[in-house]
Amino acid sequence: MNAPQAAAAKVPFGTRLRDWWGSLDRWQQWAVLIPVVVVIYLLPVLNPPFLTTEPGTDFQITLFNAARIALIAIGLNIVVGQAGLLDLGYVGFFAVGAYTTAVFSSPDSFLATDYPWLACIPLAMFVTAVSGLILGAPTLRLRGDYLAIVTLGFGEIVRLLADNLDPLRGQRGFGAIPGPEVTRADGSQVFTSTDGTPWYWLTVTVIIVVLMFVGNLERSRVGRAWVAIREDEDAAEAMGVPTFRFKLWAFAMGATVGGLSGSIYAGQVGFINSQGFDIITSILFLAAVVLGGSGNKVGVILGAFIIVYIPDRFQVIAQYRFLIFGLAIIVLMIFRPQGLLGARQRLLTYGRQAYQRLIGKGEQISSESALGKHEEGVLR
Amino acid sequence: MTHVTSVLAQDGLIDFNFELLIDRFWANTIDGLSYGSIYALVAIGYTLVYGVLRLINFAHSEIFVIGVFAAYFTFASLGFVPGESPQLGLFVLIGSLLAAGLVAMAVSGGSAVLLERVCYRPLRKRGAPPLVFLITAIGASFAIQQIFLITLGANSQPTIRLLRPTEVFEIFGARVTNIQIMTVVAAIVLMVVADTFVNRTRLGRGVRAVSQDPATATLMGVNRERVFMLTFLLGGVLAGAAALFYIMTIPAAAVYNGGFLLGIKAFTAAVLGGIGNLRGALLGGLVLGVVENYGQSFFGGEWRDVIAFVLLIVVLMFRPTGILGESLAKARA
Repeated sequence: MNAPQAAAAKVPFGTRLRDWWGSLDRWQQWAVLIPVVVVIYLLPVLNPPFLTTEPGTDFQITLFNAARIALIAIGLNIVVGQAGLLDLGYVGFFAVGAYTTAVFSSPDSFLATDYPWLACIPLAMFVTAVSGLILGAPTLRLRGDYLAIVTLGFGEIVRLLADNLDPLRGQRGFGAIPGPEVTRADGSQVFTSTDGTPWYWLTVTVIIVVLMFVGNLERSRVGRAWVAIREDEDAAEAMGVPTFRFKLWAFAMGATVGGLSGSIYAGQVGFINSQGFDIITSILFLAAVVLGGSGNKVGVILGAFIIVYIPDRFQVIAQYRFLIFGLAIIVLMIFRPQGLLGARQRLLTYGRQAYQRLIGKGEQISSESALGKHEEGVLR
Repeated sequence: MTHVTSVLAQDGLIDFNFELLIDRFWANTIDGLSYGSIYALVAIGYTLVYGVLRLINFAHSEIFVIGVFAAYFTFASLGFVPGESPQLGLFVLIGSLLAAGLVAMAVSGGSAVLLERVCYRPLRKRGAPPLVFLITAIGASFAIQQIFLITLGANSQPTIRLLRPTEVFEIFGARVTNIQIMTVVAAIVLMVVADTFVNRTRLGRGVRAVSQDPATATLMGVNRERVFMLTFLLGGVLAGAAALFYIMTIPAAAVYNGGFLLGIKAFTAAVLGGIGNLRGALLGGLVLGVVENYGQSFFGGEWRDVIAFVLLIVVLMFRPTGILGESLAKARA
């Protein structure tokens, strides 16, 4: 912004909010965040009348689903938003996580190990991370649309394998997948598939942990490499960023989060089969990321909330939700390609203090993310 | 039966069936060629749009589905009823098929042009990066699919048979049906027409020019917008033709999500032949159709769709330029 007077005349609210947030100290940010987080935790108990879902739809389960999709969106955001790799087969990782949990914990499984759910989580995360590497290692040499198609193929292959391999039980699926073994004083289970509240709290906690982890990753050398790759892969390579390694990293990290959410999902519903891991679901995950604002963690959480909450809140439109999301993607891409809350790049190396010292105000705001990058010329 | 066992087969996961592969070799070849020509016709749409716009038109599979429904409802409105197999005179039969084919081609072509206008042109005007085009295409594909789901339901429309598949002649013990002959011949004729159009006419020269260098082509007086419209129109029209043969080959073909799998396979065919290459699309389609059928005998029918996906990944990884012709798979972001 080399013309502050002109800019000050009409600064959009979002930018002002962002500047204000950027100008706060770390402790001040925490002071604002903590009450917000408390409110988020209390949502299922408060059951606010204007916010609650229509009768017949369980508000707590809706909240859990929103949190679950938010976790997925955070994972997918690492791949799509941060590293700029369009992954259409993310549901494949989600499925791998869910299936690993099921195979190791369900009594229907051929392994019949009956591990507790908690033991399955690291297993599921490990297996999905490995599957991310397996998919990424050969395919990440491809770029753009080609990578998208290959990941789409991966997602479908995972589903077809689950459908056709006998040990994975196809449509019969795995039942009686346990949740966390926590009992109340009277001996009843806390985590059941009908009560969404404990699951919601658990997922929100997991989200906070993952956000801290991912946030640190983004502020590290890895995150800078991702942004560099997203903005211009060739330039990044030329400047000495080992792009392949960091793309693989992004794939593995994204996959791990996907596996984690798959594991949580399997524990909550207690039954999974090959249905429900189709490409439509994958597109819906992508819709959450793109609607909210690819590359922006808060944005993708908002996007996930919209995707789950709107159809449950307004059941009149529930039937049309996929149509609406499809159209919303088109309209957003044409008029606001960066999503509802767009990502902004920061001066990552020196952070906000350096910028404040230099300019005397909030962070530097550059152009939008790779998804919203405006360029001269159409065909390159 | 001499089942060849392997590590996988010992676990009972996959049975490799050499005998069936050899038994059904010719039958599979012929089936494969007829399926493959349908793939090839759809693949043209991908390959043309990719050639001039460098965009994988994800919604092309939905353009194809629009054609399928257009053909279906033309049959229905001509008075044909599901479940019956009418004894038609030759002229009535050809007339009805021609009518359905023309309607499907017109509707598909029209909707492809409309798609380009509504979804891609605004993006082009804004100079959006390639990823935005792709996400828009996915959104469009998703939306069109949902429109069909909401208006027509999730079940496929009951089969209308104008023509029963009957054996015309036998080759090495494999029967060749009238529908198969028609499909292959029509596909080859249409491909030759498309190829001639692109390689011999003035408009086709424009298409090739834009494909090579859009900026220079514009400077030389090629109307780029018109070329884009033309490519979408041509791709759509051929997808409409494919739709007619698809609905005649496969019972209960008219279903809202029928395009996804066929779209992937057609895209695989395009990549296999070398994307951006018209003749490659024909070759790729035929090869994919045949390989898929061999694989179906060899691995078992439930693996049929997996074969296409695996083939796609393998081709992209090891020979992204396809069998014929060049591709820019790696040269661009």
